[in-house]
Amino acid sequence: MSTAHATGIPAAPDVRPGDAPVLVRVRDLHFSRGRKAIFQGLDLDVPRGRITTILGPSGTGKTTLLKMIGGQLKPSSGHIEVDGQNVSTLGRGPLYALRKRMGMLFQSGALLTDLSVFDNVAFPLREHTDLPESLISHLVLMRLHAVGLRGARDLYPAELSGGMARRAALARALVFDPMMIMYDEPFTGQDPISMGVLLELIRTVNSALGLTSLIVSHDLAEALSISDHVVIISEGVVVETGSPAELRASPSEWTQQFLNGRPDGPVPFQLPASDYEAELLGTRTGKGGSR
Amino acid sequence: MIDRIAGFGRFWLDALERFGRSQLFLARMLGALPSLVPRFGLLVRQLHANGVMTLSIILVSGLFVGMVLALQAYNLLQGFGAEAALGQAVALTLVRELGPVITGLLFAGRAGSAMTAEIGLMKATEQLSGLEMMAVDPFRRVYAPRLFAGFLALPMLAAMFSAVGVMGGYLVGVEVLGVDAGAYWSNMQGSVAFVDDVLKGLLKALVFGLVVSWIAIFEGADCVPTSEGVSAATTRTVVYSSLSVLGLDFLLTAVMF
Repeated sequence: MSTAHATGIPAAPDVRPGDAPVLVRVRDLHFSRGRKAIFQGLDLDVPRGRITTILGPSGTGKTTLLKMIGGQLKPSSGHIEVDGQNVSTLGRGPLYALRKRMGMLFQSGALLTDLSVFDNVAFPLREHTDLPESLISHLVLMRLHAVGLRGARDLYPAELSGGMARRAALARALVFDPMMIMYDEPFTGQDPISMGVLLELIRTVNSALGLTSLIVSHDLAEALSISDHVVIISEGVVVETGSPAELRASPSEWTQQFLNGRPDGPVPFQLPASDYEAELLGTRTGKGGSR
Repeated sequence: MIDRIAGFGRFWLDALERFGRSQLFLARMLGALPSLVPRFGLLVRQLHANGVMTLSIILVSGLFVGMVLALQAYNLLQGFGAEAALGQAVALTLVRELGPVITGLLFAGRAGSAMTAEIGLMKATEQLSGLEMMAVDPFRRVYAPRLFAGFLALPMLAAMFSAVGVMGGYLVGVEVLGVDAGAYWSNMQGSVAFVDDVLKGLLKALVFGLVVSWIAIFEGADCVPTSEGVSAATTRTVVYSSLSVLGLDFLLTAVMF
């Protein structure tokens, strides 16, 4: 385990890729939205063939990081390498070629609402290949069967529950046999059964197809239960990495506050403000106050 | 005071920046048009959604506009004893002006707002991001078919608007007010020139089709991906498209006629 955060203030990251070769390598990543700095020198490695989960408080840029790895956003500076290719400098052609080998599962599923489940899953094959329709049909039915939705092939996205939509989106992401899949908050808003199905699918798909999975999630227990490698980011940098067991045993107060959901700690409950007693006793005035 | 001046400057800088972005967006859409050749089905679907589905409102509006035009023109021409020129007045007004302009305005309200709302919702539900992550260019798959469909549909709709308007004028002028049917048609035939009137009117409609579709698609793709953002973008589409149609109509009329 590597710890770069002991007192609540992010220190320089100390990233360890683990034993597996690295598929995604992020180095010295900087990115801002307006005046707000999202990443301030983020370093990150995603080992090949493993399930890596990125955790962190809301607004730390976890989804933004997925979009940057997928080349949908460009960093202000820094280096993002996927399978040896620098994503941020790729032209449209090579970037699209790389994306064909990456799947992404969006929080909403992002299914095309004017197509049935079958046509949604067949969509990438029809767009990028000249395969005969009979073969496309076989490939699609195999993927739908794998996620348990063969019986929903003729339904439209509006007729699916949230969990079914994500399973259909997973089937679509898998249909092109990608080398990696990125999951953006896959467990949000799921009932226990749907959650269990998704967990099992992610775990099974990763091992059966030899994929690399990168999960962004708020759902600690679920994410940690299937992860091989966990990265916690906060305030624009990686603050800790390791296996789930290593993180649970971490001496870092920040990590313990985050993993156990404590309301106060290195990340304070109260936002910085003036002296409470002095303000109540009227010895200090704020806007609209009186002395 | 300084803040107001700075705010005024910022507003215009933002507006110029957005206008520039919309032009780059148009250039990318035009560049994606050749990709429609192997995807002809997409164009047909958009022609149906934006052209055929707008047809009913165009036909009904055209009929009533032609009828009102005949009524007003009859009252005016009667004062000079020139009721026989009713066909000419109705046809020229429709073919040169009202056909393209009202069709453009109706197209903006019906098809333009629908295009913006659809694309805006695709953005809000991450469908556009999903396409990009599947290595499918939204400019080829989503935007270019809609732009070309609008470009093709509006002249056809304008032609049908004018044709139905002429029939409406005939119903009121000839059947109700008693203008001679032969005079109605022969005056029209003698005064409406195919190239100078009909084709120039259709050229206006082509320009309106391009501009309205461009505005509608850009507003959808550029909207804030929330329900409020999509709503605001839809409103902007109708307002900007209507003003553009009216402004461009003046410019084109001044240049062509």
